[in-house]
Amino acid sequence: MQGRMIEMAKKLLGDGTVNRVIGWKKGEFAYDITPAVFENAEEIDADFVYDDFCGHNLSKYLIKESKKDGKMLVFLKPCDTYSFNQLIKEHRINRENVYIVGIPCEGKASAETIKEKGISGITGISSDGDNFKVNTIYGDETVAKSDVLEERCTVCKSKKHVVYDELIGEDGEVNENSSRFDMVAKLENMTADERYAFWRNELSKCIRCNACRNVCPACSCENCVFDNPNSGVSNKAAVTSFEENMFHIIRAFHVAGRCTDCGECSRVCPQNIPLHLLNRKFIKDINELYGDYQAGEESEGRTPLTTYTKEDCEPSIVNERGCK
Amino acid sequence: MQRIGVFVCHCGTNIAGTVDVKAVAEALKNEQGVVFSTEYQYMCSEAGQSIIKNAIKEHKLTGVVVCSCSPRMHEATFRKTASSAGLNPYMVEIANIREQCSWIHKDMEKATEKAIILGRAAIAKVHLNAPLTAGESPVVKRALVIGGGIAGIQTALDIADAGFEVDIVEKKPTIGGKMTQLDKTFPTLDCAACILTPKMVDCAQNEKIKIYSYSEVESVSGFVGNFSVKIRKKARYVDETKCTGCGLCTEKCPMKKVPNEFNLGMNNRSAIYIPFAQAVPKIATIDPDHCNMLKNGKCGVCAKICTAGAINYKQEDEIVEEKYGAIIAATGYNPINLDKYDEFAYSQSKDVITSLEFERLTNAAGPTSGKLLRPSDGVHPHTIVFVQCVGSRCGAEDSKGGKSYCSKICCMYTAKHAMLTREKYPDTDVYVFYIDVRTPGKNFDEFYRRAAEEYGVHYIKGMVGKVMPQADGKLLVQGSDLIAGEQLKINADLVVLAAAIEPDKSARPLATMLTASMDTNDFFTEAHPKLRPVESPTAGIFLSGACQGPKDIPETVSQASAAAAKAIGLLCKDKLTCNPCVAHSDEMMCNGCSQCEKVCPYGAISYEDKEFRMPNRTTAIRRVAKVNPAVCQGCGACTVTCPSGAMDLNGFSNRQIMAEVDAICR
Repeated sequence: MQGRMIEMAKKLLGDGTVNRVIGWKKGEFAYDITPAVFENAEEIDADFVYDDFCGHNLSKYLIKESKKDGKMLVFLKPCDTYSFNQLIKEHRINRENVYIVGIPCEGKASAETIKEKGISGITGISSDGDNFKVNTIYGDETVAKSDVLEERCTVCKSKKHVVYDELIGEDGEVNENSSRFDMVAKLENMTADERYAFWRNELSKCIRCNACRNVCPACSCENCVFDNPNSGVSNKAAVTSFEENMFHIIRAFHVAGRCTDCGECSRVCPQNIPLHLLNRKFIKDINELYGDYQAGEESEGRTPLTTYTKEDCEPSIVNERGCK
Repeated sequence: MQRIGVFVCHCGTNIAGTVDVKAVAEALKNEQGVVFSTEYQYMCSEAGQSIIKNAIKEHKLTGVVVCSCSPRMHEATFRKTASSAGLNPYMVEIANIREQCSWIHKDMEKATEKAIILGRAAIAKVHLNAPLTAGESPVVKRALVIGGGIAGIQTALDIADAGFEVDIVEKKPTIGGKMTQLDKTFPTLDCAACILTPKMVDCAQNEKIKIYSYSEVESVSGFVGNFSVKIRKKARYVDETKCTGCGLCTEKCPMKKVPNEFNLGMNNRSAIYIPFAQAVPKIATIDPDHCNMLKNGKCGVCAKICTAGAINYKQEDEIVEEKYGAIIAATGYNPINLDKYDEFAYSQSKDVITSLEFERLTNAAGPTSGKLLRPSDGVHPHTIVFVQCVGSRCGAEDSKGGKSYCSKICCMYTAKHAMLTREKYPDTDVYVFYIDVRTPGKNFDEFYRRAAEEYGVHYIKGMVGKVMPQADGKLLVQGSDLIAGEQLKINADLVVLAAAIEPDKSARPLATMLTASMDTNDFFTEAHPKLRPVESPTAGIFLSGACQGPKDIPETVSQASAAAAKAIGLLCKDKLTCNPCVAHSDEMMCNGCSQCEKVCPYGAISYEDKEFRMPNRTTAIRRVAKVNPAVCQGCGACTVTCPSGAMDLNGFSNRQIMAEVDAICR
């Protein structure tokens, strides 16, 4: 795959279709891949990489990159294309300046999960498709890829590219049977006190590094309310430990109806807070209250939360469900 | 720091009966910024207002909090009071301690505590209030009436009479609407055409009135006093300026087998047609679905015969754009489709007809020249059964497209049909099946009783269960007589169904264009069902006739004149004062995501690409939201939708609301 992508990137750069390429390059460690912009074939040959650790959703980078002169080639995995479409809907990406190459994805691995299996001192990782051979300073270990997938990939919602200019490989299908709402359902079945305790515990780990916000394609504001002293919200989230928890709640409200469930928030959280569950709760509620809706499936039109129809549920539904 | 005065109203015992008003005034005295606090029996009274005025002057107040009834009741009153004492009216806040406190609580202690908290919230808000000044917008002195039935005609005539220009847009080739199809009108039995056609002619001859016939509203933008409307003039393939209405073309047109909609398909017309003799404007129209010349280029008879040279097969739709200060919706009604009412055999038998079809059968200009003959065989019917409430007053579980409401006009027109039938053809037996007979208009009940008592119409309380066409051409009507408690079987020659009426299909898309609200039945909703019955909640949009609800002619005409009066009131003004509590966007914060534009029910938000100065002498072009303050009604939907907080509402800013919440939670 990496070879075909490099070949395509060089071709499109060469024939002038695009001026720049956004992809991934190796970081300090084998699993420490980072998004990067390439401007010529030499840079691509030197650094371009695509492997099981390229989890980053490159759509968000296009907000800034698409405003620059010239056209940019971007490689998007199926779930990244949903974010791309949603950003197009919100007029945040200049579509003319982007050339999308859809790439297939069989799930991305999580270095965190590998480490949780007691494997430390990693010096290198290689893959034979189904298994990883992990070189460590203590010797080599083998783990099955299926055991160390990102949570979002274990419940993958779609392998279909909703937008692209060109595809590498075959397009996949939407996975109608994803079990991504199982954990939300479990939380819903808790008592209010249990649920409160669960979230207090999780959110108390937050160190307010803002990584979740910065990586989130839905958090694309020019100026975030939490950075704006006039919003009346910024200091709200810093007064007490309880109000600090509100940072995540407010963020979930801000992305409600727009979150495509790309799962980047949980991937980047250094404290391993399952932030995606907040967003999934909203998605599940929207599906149940307003009919099935997948943000980013379309690049235009209205979202359930910005539309009024006569069939919409009454506001009292919130109370009824909350009291359950 | 604000200097705030707090004024607690007793509202007689309305508030003081449940809330310890003295304790409220006392407690709020200690709030930050409060320099004066008092209570009085009736704050809205002359004396109460003087207390406020004096306090503003004496204590140099910069903000006022009145703890009283709902702001809907007296906010305007107290704003005026403050204004007359030299304070900006928007520095007044109301704490509603009546509707939201004293009226709904019984426990004095708890109600008092809540009143204090509500007062505290209002004080916290006033701290962040800023003086606001209302802007002005000009008024285009021209009105648009959409729909040219009797409602639209009356509204247009009244507006023109007041000296304003008014345009009528009518989708059919002629104005006149449903009333042109009626024979006589209840309760006075004067002929519909005789009273309507002079009004149609008045419209055509009035210098102030312009008729866009065979035209539809394409789009509406703008706001009260300043609407911009695109009107599509559909191609009629006849030059309106040349056609004299001589009608020669309609006689010579070889395509004569087109169902005539004016007679509800009961006879035919030609492909080029004038709907009826008194049509206004009297101009021929070519039906492109049936004209051979337009379909396959083989004919051209009308062009050859027309001495005026008015025929133009190449004519295309034309879009006209006009500006209006006020728009009046008068889109009218239609009988519902009865295809699903199999029990009445409407689609099986030609002799089961709707009341409107009956109206055509008795009209001198109708398919039978006014002779009451059965559609199937042209024989005079001797037994006629009228069935009331077909599709009206249906339960919620009705699956045939029936309506829950009463169509209001059927009882009276059926009494008219029955009476006229008995008068003209005394040898005819007339039965009317009814649920209730509703005749509350002026001289209406007398009319109905005359039909039943003097004209011998058989009124039977009960519904018809089934109509069965028989081999001999008769219709076997099975019904129940609830008063006699027996099942009836009547061998009828003709069955007339009083079909429910529903708003015209064009009303729904029109409402969307006008951002006017509708009820679940697609009738336009009024701004207030009792006190503002001819205005839409959307400023500058008025409602005339049956588009607002089922109405007979007298009621339609009076409402049409009322709508005209309201429109004239608006057009008389040179400038409109705008509500200063409108939204505005902070361009530096705006992402241009368009969510506010989508939720705005008034179409007040648009986007523009704006150049911004960026660091290092660079510039960037960003898409940002722009609010038209004249259109914005201050509902605040955009402010809660905006993820970045760029949208804010004057007088209800995000910070003010947050301060209120904080004050309540303190």
